[in-house]
Amino acid sequence: MSILVVMEQRGGSWNRMSFETLSAAQQLARELGTTASAAVLGQAIDGLADELASKQLRKVYAVEHDLLKDYTPDAYTAALRQLVALAEPRLVLFPHTYQVRDFLPKLATSLGTVAVSDVVSHRIENGQVVLVRQLFQGKVNADVRLPGSPVVGSQAAGSSTQSPAPQFASFQAGAYRGDQLADGSAPLEKFAPQIAAGDIRTRPLELFRESQRAVDLGAAELIVAVGRGIKESENIAMVRELADAMGAELAASRPICDAGWLPMERQVGSSGQTVAPKMYMAIGISGAIQHLVGMKGSRVVVAINKDPNAPIFEVADYGIVGDLFQVVPELTAAFRKSK
Amino acid sequence: MKIVVAIKQVPARDSQLRIASSGKWIEDADLTYEINEPDAYALEEGLQLREKHGGEVVALCAGPARAASTIREALAKGADRAIHIEEDDFGDPLTAARVMAAAIEAEAPDLVLTGLQSDDLGYGQTGVILAELLGLPHATLIMQVEKVDGGIRVKRELEDGWFQHVEMPLPALLTIQSGISKLRYATLMGIKKAKTKEVKRLSAADVVAGRQTTETDRLGGGPPQSHFVIERIYLPERTKHTQLFEGSPKEAAAKLVEKLRFEARVI
Repeated sequence: MSILVVMEQRGGSWNRMSFETLSAAQQLARELGTTASAAVLGQAIDGLADELASKQLRKVYAVEHDLLKDYTPDAYTAALRQLVALAEPRLVLFPHTYQVRDFLPKLATSLGTVAVSDVVSHRIENGQVVLVRQLFQGKVNADVRLPGSPVVGSQAAGSSTQSPAPQFASFQAGAYRGDQLADGSAPLEKFAPQIAAGDIRTRPLELFRESQRAVDLGAAELIVAVGRGIKESENIAMVRELADAMGAELAASRPICDAGWLPMERQVGSSGQTVAPKMYMAIGISGAIQHLVGMKGSRVVVAINKDPNAPIFEVADYGIVGDLFQVVPELTAAFRKSK
Repeated sequence: MKIVVAIKQVPARDSQLRIASSGKWIEDADLTYEINEPDAYALEEGLQLREKHGGEVVALCAGPARAASTIREALAKGADRAIHIEEDDFGDPLTAARVMAAAIEAEAPDLVLTGLQSDDLGYGQTGVILAELLGLPHATLIMQVEKVDGGIRVKRELEDGWFQHVEMPLPALLTIQSGISKLRYATLMGIKKAKTKEVKRLSAADVVAGRQTTETDRLGGGPPQSHFVIERIYLPERTKHTQLFEGSPKEAAAKLVEKLRFEARVI
């Protein structure tokens, strides 16, 4: 069962999550007694491919085409189908980025298969790979077993290859350590896929950021963040009072900013800011992964939540399981008193 | 513009989840259900596009009989009619999407919308699979949709506060990100009118049997290859030791402040 990792880059810069997936692939390859290869797609990617070639890999594929310069799901799917036919991996791994979510289900479907998305860990049982993924926003885990020997079944119509489709999986941010890669020297293979401009139906335009960020949460030493548990816009005042009592910056999870209860610039998470304060206090935040990736580098995490099974407790050093509407005013009073 | 919005019913967000004795799913006897939140935003976007450009919004829901309440809510909010594919469990997202795609194909819409992921299974794949099955261009995590000459221009969310505009022709499929706009409530009038709106109820077998299959059919192709099996589900084991403070809110708060000051020394 050879493994292929599809790395992600944009404009010549890596998405660092790719290296976490690469690390997972090296680990899986060791455990299964097989090899891992890696691929990078784009245009003018020599430097990136060379960097990959310094890792312990069987092979590095540089998949180059002018039409891969800017990401489109059509071009990426076409290129990866051809790469999979060439490299014949049994397992293809991706970082679970926004871009991968955009094309991986299409790629898998075009080969008549289904990807296991958003994997957080794995184990090997009797030579078979068991992937663990989360359900219910991280509240429940599921073990997903990949069959050890591929089942040669009917191919999806429209697919002309005879070999069965590989298994596809994407790995969640932070699930593996990207800084623990084994170094080596891998041969580099350049691959020029066939892509026609007419096959690309979407036209990607410029990337942009919405507005200047007036609040730099990244510099804050103390952060008090509020989530969906606060229920009403008016209740935010209670949390603001606590933040003021502590001298902390006020932040929020996505639903609060979506609702317009706090400005977007105070959002922590994958689509907002990434923070690493001395202390991060999460109030009424259940801790979906999109939020956790933005704050789990904090030195001390405090969680206040009524649900003892909320995933936020998985990263919390201190916690109170209880009704935030009772706990927060008491905390404010306690901080004021201790000054 | 004719718009199909695919919606799903999921357990209510603050449900206390317990694992069923089978170990394959959660205990569902005493759960309450609601529309999957990103799908609510997809429906809202569909309704707003219809208000701007005219046309029709068809709500499509694949799920068990209980999903009828979510369909009624979609109709009360303003969907013109609905299709309910009654099926308890599809097993995997490709199987579900094949049935939904057959129903969508029969409607020949200009635009298909759905939420970016479900809050229960969380595969985040159904929309993109549908696009591939239907042969439509697509974009995901959409925060804005504008009609332009020759198609649509959408604002796609990327990581770290970045966005990108993407243009594509119609028909197309978009997966909508939560927060794209403010959700409306159903009005009393809407709830009343919903009772008179058409809900077409079909089984998965009806939907698939109702269409002509061809040699190169992407929607047919039998069941997907056996790729993976969900063996069991379970509550995650806590690997982190969290110090929890008990007692009255006042006592717990006092203990927490003391720890933050004298043990963690962060305040």
